[in-house]
Parts: sequence; C-alpha cells; structure tokens
Amino acid sequence: MVDTAQTQLEAVQQQRGRALPESVFAWLLIGPAMLFIAVIVAWPLAETIRLSFMEADLGGEQYVGLANYADLMDSRKFHQTIVRTFYWMFLSVSLKLILGLIGATLLNAAVPGRALFRVLVMPPWIIPIAIGCIGWLWLYNGYFGVLSGTMMQLGITDGPFEFLAHKQSAFYSAVVTDVWVGTPMVTLFFLAAMQGVPRDLYEAAYVDGASRWYRFRRITIPQIMPVIVSMSLLSAIFTFNSFEIIWILTEGGPRSATTTLIVDTYKTAISNFKFGEGSARAVVIVILLGTFSLIYLFFLNKVNKHYGSGKK
Amino acid sequence: MMDRYSKLQMVGIYFAITIFLIFILLPFFEMFMASLRPLEHLFRSPYQFWSDDFSFQAYRDMWVTVPLLGRYILNSIFIAGMVTGLTMIFVIPAAYAYARLEFPFKNLTLGIFLGVNMFTGAVLLIPLYRVLRTMGLLNTYWSMIVPGVAFLIPTGIWLLRSYLEKIPRELEEAAFVDGASRMYTLRRVVLPLAVPGLIVVGVAVFIGAYAQQFLFAITFNQQRELQPLPAGLFEFIGYQDVTWNQMMAAALVGVLPVMIIFLFLQKYLVAGLTAGAVKE
Repeated sequence: MVDTAQTQLEAVQQQRGRALPESVFAWLLIGPAMLFIAVIVAWPLAETIRLSFMEADLGGEQYVGLANYADLMDSRKFHQTIVRTFYWMFLSVSLKLILGLIGATLLNAAVPGRALFRVLVMPPWIIPIAIGCIGWLWLYNGYFGVLSGTMMQLGITDGPFEFLAHKQSAFYSAVVTDVWVGTPMVTLFFLAAMQGVPRDLYEAAYVDGASRWYRFRRITIPQIMPVIVSMSLLSAIFTFNSFEIIWILTEGGPRSATTTLIVDTYKTAISNFKFGEGSARAVVIVILLGTFSLIYLFFLNKVNKHYGSGKK
Repeated sequence: MMDRYSKLQMVGIYFAITIFLIFILLPFFEMFMASLRPLEHLFRSPYQFWSDDFSFQAYRDMWVTVPLLGRYILNSIFIAGMVTGLTMIFVIPAAYAYARLEFPFKNLTLGIFLGVNMFTGAVLLIPLYRVLRTMGLLNTYWSMIVPGVAFLIPTGIWLLRSYLEKIPRELEEAAFVDGASRMYTLRRVVLPLAVPGLIVVGVAVFIGAYAQQFLFAITFNQQRELQPLPAGLFEFIGYQDVTWNQMMAAALVGVLPVMIIFLFLQKYLVAGLTAGAVKE
C-alpha cells in the first residue's frame, strides 16, 4: 500500500515539474505582473520622455531638443507652480498626519461607542473622490452653502462669501478638501498601529506612575514611528499627485491659485493639446517626486533605525 | 484601571470625537439636506438652515432626469469589481514570490513595482491614451479597467506580501517534503491559509479602484452607457440648469451599495490592512 502511494506521488511530482528551480519559478510568478506594468506604465513613461523633446500637438511631432525644458526653466509661472505644489503638499500632509494622530488617539480611547465611531470615520475614504468633491463644492458655495450661510448669520461677513472665487480662500479650501479625503486612511492606519503596541509596555509605565501624556510621548509615538514614516511618504506622494480634487473644485483657478504641477500638466497636455510641453512637465514631476522620495527614504531610514534600536 | 477615565476626561474625549466626526461627515450631511430641498428653494438667499418644504421628490425625479443613472451605479461597481479580480490574479503569484522565494533582481524588481506607486495616471495620460488606442480599447470598459489594474498592482503586491510573510513556513515545507510541487503548494497550502489576507487586500484594491474612476472615465471613454457614477453624475449639470438636489440624491444613493458591503467587511479591513503596514 505504502509503496503504491509512494510511486503515485512520485509520478505526480514529475508531472507537476517539481524540479523547477526556485528562481525560474519566481520569475514565472512575477512575470505576468511585470509584463502588464511594462506595457501600461513603463512604455508610456518612455513615450512621455520621448515626447518631452518634441514639439507635439494634434498636427504632428517635431524634434526640438531641450526647448520645452528651457521654456520651463525660464518661466516664472512654472517656478511659482513648483513652489505652490510643495507648499500644498507640505500643508496638506502635515494636517493629515496631525489630524490622523489626534483622530486615532481618540478612537483608541477605551470609551463606549468607539466601534461605531471607527465606522463613521471611513466614508470619505471609501466613496469616489469625485463624489466627495461635489459635496464640498456645495459647502463652499457663497449663496447656498452652509459655511457662508453660517458666517453671514454670525455677522462675520456681510454678504455671501464664495470660498472658491478668491485666490487665497480657494487654495486653502482645496487643502481642506484634500485633508478631508486623506485623513480617514491615515487615521485608520495609525489606529491599527496603536492597537499593535504591546499592552505590557503601558502597564509597566502605568505602574511606574507615568502620566497619560508621558505614555503617549514615550511609548505610543516611538512604537508607531514606522507607520508614521510610511504614511507620511505615502500621503506626500498622493497629495503631490492629487488631481481630481483640484480639478473638480477649481480647475486650477482662480488665476492659477490652485494650479499644482499635476493640474498644470493636465491643462497643458490635455486641455490645450500641447503634448510636448505637457510631457516635459510630466518628466519634471517624475524627477521631483523621485528625488523627494529618495531623500525622504534615506532620512527616514535613519529615524527608523534610531527608534528600532531602542525597541528590542 | 489604567483605561479608566474621569468624568471630565470622558466629556473631553466625546467632545473631541464629535468635532472630528463633524468635519468628516459634514459634506454628507449637507448633501443630504440639499437633496431634500426643492430646486427653486435651493438657491434661496440668505441661507436657511431649516425649511418646511423638505421632500424626497428628488429621489424619484433623478431617475427621469438622468435615465442611465442606474446603469452608472452598476458600471462603477462592475469596473471596480473587474479591476479587483484582475489585479488579484496578477498580485497573488507575485506577492508570493516576494514573500517566499529567492531569485535574481528580487529587490530591484520590487523597487520598480513600488516606483510605479509614485505616478498617477494623470502624468501618463497622453501616451496611455495612445497605447489604449493602439490596442483598440478606447471607449470600452477595458479603457477604464486596464489602467486601473496597472496602478493598483504595486499596492496589492506590497500589502499581500507582508501578509504572506506571516504564514508559517513549516506548512509549506511539510507539503514540499511530502512531494507536492511548488504550484500545488501555492494553490492548496498557501492560498487557503491566506484567505483573510486576500479579503483585506481585495477590499483595499476595490476601494482604490472605486474611488479613482473619474480621470480614466473622462479621458478614455466617450460612450455614455459605459460611464461610471462619478462621471455620470455630471449629467445633472444640464444646458439649462443644474438640478443640484437630484445630483446630491443620486450621489448618495449611488454610493449606498458599496457602503453597505463595506460595513460588513470593515472589521477585517482595519485589522488586516494594518497587519501589513505595521511591519514595514
């Protein structure tokens, strides 16, 4: 009996190519995903780089060398856009992280009803971004939005205030909406990280008489540092690339006040059909984002090591 | 005792939670209020918080104003579902390879996958448009599915990999010693154990696919019947007037199915997503 089972098994083994070397098997497994990415992302990326050296529109293409880049270098407007994009990213990411940390701490508190609160935080993350933006479009309206309405009732403004019609307020309104979209995810990741912190650490500190604030500062924060690190990079990339929110709220206006690099690229390439100039902008985005990520990772690797060494 | 709060602290915590939730839920509340107001009343100025002619009329009228609304809602779910299914087909084997196997260029290729995370479709729209045109996919469901899959594969690999790493190796080794092939081990030993992780990653991919349909839809698809909800909603902005109240009603009803599904799955999601994130 045993013998026949053994031989059967061996036969099966041979059929299934058990002897497949590990590296060949691994490449068979990642191959399809690699190929897909190559066609849908890598090739278009290469194409974008090629187009960035062209004067290209609906009519055709003509090689112009670095002219598109030279134009960008000289353009004061483009410099302003870069500065604005980083300001947008810095502001929005900081707010997401701070709100996320506060939110997660609150939802982590052992109070009745917290299971419900956790669910209530999620909707902005789950629904299509475009739909959330329609809601905000309504809120920001001067005549029938609740924000302007409340301000009028309280006597802060005399007449209707159109949040999206003024340069400053449009920019900060877009930031608020972006924060609104991004905060739930950050909150949930922080919350889960907080729940992963071993309880005995808190108990030991509690026995030693450490205050809540002290435990938060000296246990919670260092313990969840790796998640804070990865979330801040992830949020930074999302925010840098955030397109739909700005496009639906303001289309980059008024007078370019909310035009970030990604919106500028879209406007140039898709709205105005200047494919070459648009591609040059896209390449600048890739370079900026790539450099930023590398510096960030390098810097935060150190932070991680620092906190990691204290842990074990 | 450590978790006990004084009365004052409790009040403070609830107060802060309330403010936080008001920020999160205010747009939904306002959308709901707007959906209840008759159109001619909507633009009444000065702003009124409460009015006595609230009605659910918009929830009936919206199906007439935009006859394809039901189709849009289903399209959204269909596209996100297809994206999720396809993404998982690509992600499962790849994530397994990165979690378990040693092979040349492992770190480099993983880095490339993660690098894709840095782009959004918006950067690559022009050439992507040409690729899709060459493949004859423009103005089909595929024009919205294919880019979605490509941009979600990296996230999927990243999340699932950390999940698979947690499954004890011994089980696979035992199967291998017993003579199972590599493929057999993956299919019959690893995957059944990874079901909770697969659900989590699947839900996360679905959310990503569902939330970000707008851009691909407005750029790659001109077929009205194929549009997903976020694009279809803009049909309420007509030539004559904007039926805001119906648009809000449609938006709320449109996301309801996914919200309900999500309610059932949220427990797994929070536990699982974080299991992946905490490690790295």
